[in-house]
Amino acid sequence: MSASAKGANAPSRELLEKLFRTAYKIRVFESEGIKLYRQGLIRGYFHPYLGQEGIATGVCAALKEGDYIASTHRGHGHCIAWGADVKRMVAELLQKETGYCRGYGGSMHIADISQGNLGANGIVGAGTPLGVGAALANQIRGSDAVTVTFSSDGGANNGTFLESLNLAAIWNLAFVLVVENNHYAVSTRIEESTRDTDLYKRGLAIGVESHQVDGNDPLAVYHLMKDAARKCREGKGPILIEAKTFRHMGHHVNDPGKYMPSEELAAWKAKDPVDRARAALTEMSGIEISQIEAIEQEIRKEFDDAVEFSRNSREITIEEFQQFIAAY
Amino acid sequence: MTREIMYRDALREAIDEEMANNPLVFIIGEGIAERGGSYKVTEGLLAKYGSKRVRDTPIAEAGMIGVGVGAAIAGARPIVEILYVDFAMLGMDMLVNQAAKFRLMTGGSGRVPFIMRTQGGTGGGVAAQHSQSLEALFYHIPGLKVVMPSQPADAKGLLKYALRQEDPVIFLEHKHLYMTKGPVPEGEYVIEFGKADIKRPGKDVTIIAWSNMVPRALEAAAKLAEEGIEAEVLDPRTLVPLDKEAILASVAKTNRVVIVQEAVRRGGVASDICSIIQEEAFYSLDAPVEIVAGLNIPVPFNLELEKASVPQVPDIISAARRTLHLQPRAIAAQ
Ligand SMILES: Cc1ncc(C[n+]2csc(CCOP(=O)(O)OP(=O)(O)O)c2C)c(N)n1
Ligand SMILES: [Mg+2]
Repeated sequence: MSASAKGANAPSRELLEKLFRTAYKIRVFESEGIKLYRQGLIRGYFHPYLGQEGIATGVCAALKEGDYIASTHRGHGHCIAWGADVKRMVAELLQKETGYCRGYGGSMHIADISQGNLGANGIVGAGTPLGVGAALANQIRGSDAVTVTFSSDGGANNGTFLESLNLAAIWNLAFVLVVENNHYAVSTRIEESTRDTDLYKRGLAIGVESHQVDGNDPLAVYHLMKDAARKCREGKGPILIEAKTFRHMGHHVNDPGKYMPSEELAAWKAKDPVDRARAALTEMSGIEISQIEAIEQEIRKEFDDAVEFSRNSREITIEEFQQFIAAY
Repeated sequence: MTREIMYRDALREAIDEEMANNPLVFIIGEGIAERGGSYKVTEGLLAKYGSKRVRDTPIAEAGMIGVGVGAAIAGARPIVEILYVDFAMLGMDMLVNQAAKFRLMTGGSGRVPFIMRTQGGTGGGVAAQHSQSLEALFYHIPGLKVVMPSQPADAKGLLKYALRQEDPVIFLEHKHLYMTKGPVPEGEYVIEFGKADIKRPGKDVTIIAWSNMVPRALEAAAKLAEEGIEAEVLDPRTLVPLDKEAILASVAKTNRVVIVQEAVRRGGVASDICSIIQEEAFYSLDAPVEIVAGLNIPVPFNLELEKASVPQVPDIISAARRTLHLQPRAIAAQ
């Protein structure tokens, strides 16, 4: 727990419960989703967000309706934290017509424009210019919406990272770039891909207010993001946040991740963001253990119902696809 | 009522009118604000619409294009001006993997009303990295509309239409056309995509050409007329969507076709149009389809070599004569 979280500004029970619910929901979605993948129900790429839940959880809790997010190839957690319907997410992974993209997109392309979710992305780093663009659209509309792009240590090495953050800077856009530094791009260590592994400094170099935070501490992420969003709404954006974190497994479901040193992995697992969200809730709100168990059960049931819903959903037909072909 | 105005002025009128119509239309590019753009297309727009909607950018083509695509996804109507189509290559991921795919990837719920305006072609003595005609790259990508106006009236009507539809548009102007003049109707009008225009009617041979090859085809047609050959010049105006019906109707009438493109021959749009004609109008043809295209090389600086690299009026005339069996066939394209 960060010291600032205690005392006069102690977080409300409501906030603590929300953070825990979100982090736990992501944990369930990913762990159970992996099982569905192994059963052959899900095809293609599945990049689990396990271990990084604290970041999406803290960031999205600090945003409000009307704001925008853009995500990555490792995007399930961002969608869930943004409030996505788990039914439609599972349905998309199972390529069903009831999915967010009616089965046309899959894991790496879940988007919900109507709710300001600009979508996951199969191209590492691509969400950064797209997010800056949404922030620009909002400035032109005269809206005070904040746009957050979730990026990654790998994405920070894409040229558009600098190009678009610089555009956001010269135009004072309400844009927050959250770089999830999980120390790896597939198997390539951050130390192999950059000299200075503190990626927030890249923002400082172009005059962008930049911070670093423990990404495994949902409450710390929340407070930092809350502050960043406020500043953005006051016209003081953009802001860069580097959140340090670590994957709990390989790059995708079929990557054993043997290159991840076991002691290092164990050290990060000891700082599990879901455990920390649960501990914060129990220690600071006085909630009963039985109530926590009830929340967990409720979330598990929500996932099971989503699987049931998805299994019973139909797939898009070739006839429906014809209409699309004509449109293109 | 029509008046004679320049291509660049017609483009400016389109942007101006649509900016007045819709507060979500905005334009970004290098030197487009105070300076009014390298081709003077955006002159006066800053004063009229302010720095929120008319913005200069740093030299960051991938970022600019990406930001435009993001703004379009979020519901605005961006025009991103790229100085040379050659520079658009820096932003290909955003065009090909993002803008073009978004509609399908989201199952139809996401749309990208994004416009990239840029210019290409030879004629400026600006050598290999500033002279390309790259429409085939965009033509190849499902999800991108490709527009190539040859005359001021088309430029205006097509750009206005682009700003009212919902898909990403690659709007390719030509560096040689900005200062050409033509009749443009007074008042508001749009030209729908996918409607070819017969720039000169004729019955003996169809010359299909777009962008700066249209004036050359018209010049060739005028010369052919002196020999008693009546060439029809068909300008598709948009390559995607392509007005196949108009092409097939013209071929059915003339039974002979010359397709002219400034772009290099290999893998070009002309070859694709040719394949459509042979597939759907084979039995109308009285001669093999002729393609007059750029050589398969980077454009050289030397003026004579530059000219030799892209179709010239005599090349078009020869090709038309060949389709009429007035001249022996070329052995093969280079
Ligand atoms: C432009 C691009 N290059 C390569 C890939 C293949 N790829 C997919 S994920 C990945 C690693 C990404 O690492 P990082 O950006 O740090 O994100 P993380 O997987 O750690 O969340 C790579 C190389 C891609 N999808 N896009
Ligand atoms: Mg990484």
